[in-house]
Amino acid sequence: MKKLDAERLREDFPILRTLARGKPLVFLDSAASAQKPRAVLDAMQRFYETSYANVHRGVYELSERATQAFEGVRNKVAGFIGAAEAREIVFVRGTTEAINLVAHGLARTTLGPGDEVLITELEHHSNIVPWQMACQERGAKLRVVGIDDRGDLVLEELDKLLGPRTKLLALAHVSNALGTVNPVREIVKLAHERGVPVLLDGAQAVPHQKVDVRALGCDFYAFSSHKLFGPTGVGVLYGRADVLSALPPYQGGGDMILSVRFDETTYQGIPHKFEAGTPDIAGIIGLGAAIDYITAVGLDAIAAHEHELLRYAGEQLARVPGLRRIGTAREKAAVISFVMEGVHAHDVGTILDQNGIAVRTGHHCAQPVMERYGVPATVRASFALYNTRADVDALVRGLGQVREVFA
Amino acid sequence: MSDLRELYQSVILDHNKAPRNLRRPADANRSAEGRNPLCGDQLTVFLNLENDLVKDAAFEGSGCAISTASASLMTEGVKGRRVEEVFKMFDGFHRLLTSDPASPAPDEGLGKLAVFGGVREFPVRVKCATLAWHTLRAALEGSPVPATTE
Repeated sequence: MKKLDAERLREDFPILRTLARGKPLVFLDSAASAQKPRAVLDAMQRFYETSYANVHRGVYELSERATQAFEGVRNKVAGFIGAAEAREIVFVRGTTEAINLVAHGLARTTLGPGDEVLITELEHHSNIVPWQMACQERGAKLRVVGIDDRGDLVLEELDKLLGPRTKLLALAHVSNALGTVNPVREIVKLAHERGVPVLLDGAQAVPHQKVDVRALGCDFYAFSSHKLFGPTGVGVLYGRADVLSALPPYQGGGDMILSVRFDETTYQGIPHKFEAGTPDIAGIIGLGAAIDYITAVGLDAIAAHEHELLRYAGEQLARVPGLRRIGTAREKAAVISFVMEGVHAHDVGTILDQNGIAVRTGHHCAQPVMERYGVPATVRASFALYNTRADVDALVRGLGQVREVFA
Repeated sequence: MSDLRELYQSVILDHNKAPRNLRRPADANRSAEGRNPLCGDQLTVFLNLENDLVKDAAFEGSGCAISTASASLMTEGVKGRRVEEVFKMFDGFHRLLTSDPASPAPDEGLGKLAVFGGVREFPVRVKCATLAWHTLRAALEGSPVPATTE
């Protein structure tokens, strides 16, 4: 494995040369959204300038070229996450829409009164609310697997809650608020032994580790382009061909039909029956370029670099007086959540911002996690391939100033 | 650092450390809950209203230094005032915080509350300072839904 040269990679990201509050930008919020390499921006620009037309519609050369490039990305995504076939890849707006699509389908097909959907305590709101809505609509029940003080799932609880009425288990591959990497392969195996399909929210996993959906065995896998150094507005729902085919269409419209008559419409097969309307074509081209970029850097090298940073940051932050880390799971992604004694996360965020340091502060769209730890909000620093030890050092210096102001 | 000192003035830091009127009065006859969806902060404002007079004002909840100090200074400031005056203070406070940070802070006759003028430099923090005030207004108006700064 080639070692990653973060200093050199930083040059690929134009925004990292900008100033924030007059200081060099220290970007530690990639878990919210990652910055974009020049290659992604160029690919989209070039596509608009040379190959743009609507897809799946025209008989003319340009449309054909656009369609080829667009479907090429579907193939690329399938390869990237180890899907068996490209038709198992549905393009959506983001992880949120991917989960809503499945929740909507589940409510209309299998979910009935008394049935259960199982989620966990560490989910992002986008993996809670859609299921809550589906359950409410169908008189079903939402059950929740708890986490322990470290932020690991309580697997005995999962074992107990996977029951005969469980219609689906939905959980994060990696927690956005705590960085916990869940043992999803074992969890999927356990759920399947009980005949329960599994959806994995992979938004926080895909940018940081090699994901192989067939090795994981999951039925659905959802992720977003924007956390993967691609553009916003694009996401992916992977569904194994059989489970995806069983879901009804999500939205009606153009491009998802075979024939339309006023008395009856027949739908396309997967994936097109889920892709009504003109998609974000250029965005999907950008996603393709993002996948090329991180494949060239190498996900193994990225993971190794981030783990080294996580270790270094852990060491340095341990020396900051009054700092308490939230989430110390056995296996963690490069996300560090913490609180400072006597200082609210937002005040920490404002002071860091004055030093050009961008961190996330708040509940991270995971209010149940905050409640579990009895804190209203945390500060979260998250690392990506372009972060260096210097970023960690800047963070530690900034926290020193927080102590000064709130002395 | 100078902008930070402007934001975190000693009065604000003091009221954050030792908030005044942080309690639930037994004789409160009005209350309202306020939420800031951005940070998840929650706060409840309690009032004892006699005819048109705010006889007591207090709050519970936790938030950042700006929102805690704002609630603390607000409850001090409105106690003993007529509802009409309190609404005027609300408007003045709102005008102060949303005024152009490039020009000098307008004199709204807010007394101690003028320390929040520094928040103008930090647009995302304005809601922290106004949450308590929105909640107070909801309590005065008897609004049944939680107040938000949105």
